Amino acid sequence: MEKLIAGKSVAVNEEGYLTDFSQWDKSIAEELAHEAGISLSPRHWEVLTYLQNEHQNQVALSIRRIGKSNFVDIKEFYQLFPTAPLKTATKIAGIPKPVSCI
Amino acid sequence: MKNLVILGAGTGGTMMANHLHHHLHSPDWRITIIDERQEHHYQPGYLFLPFDVYSPDDIVKSIKEFIPEDVHLVQQKILRIAPTENKIYLESGNEILYDVLIVATGAKIAPEETEGMRGAEWHKSVFDFYTFEGALALRDKLRDWQGGKLVVHITEMPIKCPVAPLEFAFLADSFFTQKQMRDKVEITYVTPLSGAFTKPKATEALEHLLKEKNIHIESDFAIEQVDNTTKEIVDYGGRRIPFDILVTVPTNKGDELMARSGMGDDLNYIPTDKATLRAKNYENIFVLGDASNIPASKAGSVTHFEAEILTENILRFVHGEPLKEEFDGHANCFIETGNGKALLIDFNYTHEPVEGSFPFQGIGPLRLLKESRMNHMGKLAFRWIYWNVLLKGTHIPFVPATMPVPKQQ
Ligand SMILES: Cc1cc2nc3c(=O)[nH]c(=O)nc-3n(C[C@H](O)[C@H](O)[C@H](O)COP(=O)(O)OP(=O)(O)OC[C@H]3O[C@@H](n4cnc5c(N)ncnc54)[C@H](O)[C@@H]3O)c2cc1C
Repeated sequence: MEKLIAGKSVAVNEEGYLTDFSQWDKSIAEELAHEAGISLSPRHWEVLTYLQNEHQNQVALSIRRIGKSNFVDIKEFYQLFPTAPLKTATKIAGIPKPVSCI
Repeated sequence: MKNLVILGAGTGGTMMANHLHHHLHSPDWRITIIDERQEHHYQPGYLFLPFDVYSPDDIVKSIKEFIPEDVHLVQQKILRIAPTENKIYLESGNEILYDVLIVATGAKIAPEETEGMRGAEWHKSVFDFYTFEGALALRDKLRDWQGGKLVVHITEMPIKCPVAPLEFAFLADSFFTQKQMRDKVEITYVTPLSGAFTKPKATEALEHLLKEKNIHIESDFAIEQVDNTTKEIVDYGGRRIPFDILVTVPTNKGDELMARSGMGDDLNYIPTDKATLRAKNYENIFVLGDASNIPASKAGSVTHFEAEILTENILRFVHGEPLKEEFDGHANCFIETGNGKALLIDFNYTHEPVEGSFPFQGIGPLRLLKESRMNHMGKLAFRWIYWNVLLKGTHIPFVPATMPVPKQQ
């Protein structure tokens, strides 16, 4: 389906995750962050970029991996993106919601 | 003579020994299977032990009983695999060479991964039911528990039989109802997922059941520690959930042997091709069951489907033929929902559980995603099928002539 975010029509799935990363840009991220009640600081941007790179390198994202990443520890990750950080951060970063294995 | 070696004589290893000994035998082949234990445990039975539905005798048998006589059984701990030397090092100091290796060492709980989990309250008010000891300790606790807050909890995914903790919550509901003390027990189901299950359709059906049974759900809970003093679980976001009894499924990991061999990922699972079941980095090593990292459920039913495909691929490999890329992640499992009913779900890598029925010869259709008494009988019959049919590697798993027919409809 299509959703209007920051004045642009982008393709998203039922849960609101972008389905085409090429449509992502910073204004979209800001708007999605706003929806989640987060205002993006420089540190947020670093973490988002980190997640995008990991995704591009086909690393399966999980809280455990993040914790061992030496990039951001889990405590800080929660402070930046409260409640369900991985779900929220991947949505803002325009990458798929990580599927935890069944 | 060539050597085929199987590591682990649990569900997967035993099935492979039973499949392969018909095809690979002397004078050309020798099959060896290695396990440190004397006993084979029917792990799905751990779910029923705490509620006194099964007794230990129902779920523990000797490994020997299920290994064909022409397969060489070595009962020792495996120290490590040396994949470049094609060699297995055992704790006794013995070494075993292989031409083809099958790894089926399974997965186990690692409570030490979470701060405070294996603390002062371990097996006093903090329990697991993923080990025989844990399930028994919990049974003893529940026998005369007077009620309070029961928290059923998953630490992180993936875990073996991902629906088992939900089933535990459902069974607890009907256990306390039968004991006429349901009003004294508050049941909370805590999960790191955003809902009751990973597949949306099944999640919907399961959440409906949770509500109906008055089981409260707390989702997106990533545990940081168990606080043994206040008896609470605490997540990284600071959320605290109090318990009188915590029934947790700790982090699941592959055996440490993978770390010692430098073959596992960060959870000691072996990177494996999800269609052929061959280890990604080693030509002559194959992996089945819980030990691999493929994105399928860690379940005995999956292991069973894998064993059939792997048998064919091993035979192709030894004959120098290309492997079949056939495994689709097929899983089916019964989900006990309490009060003598169960659900059956059936899915694979790409297909969601469907509504409908699943034809089993001899037992008739079992209803998928709808609670029924038949499904419950199916789950109980599964133990019989496991010991008598599945482990022996019989191709068609449900043979009408020998199936115990359920008494009630
Ligand atoms: C509580 C619970 C409920 C479950 N319910 C269901 C269900 O309803 N349906 C279903 O399909 N599945 C269920 N399962 C899952 C099922 O039991 C497993 O998926 C299945 O047993 C996996 O088989 P496996 O061969 O991979 O490993 P296992 O059967 O665990 O065998 C591994 C073997 O390797 C041996 N081993 C490991 N490391 C070493 C070493 N270093 N040296 C020597 N030996 C070693 C072990 O001793 C063990 O015998 C359940 C599991 C649990 C815990």
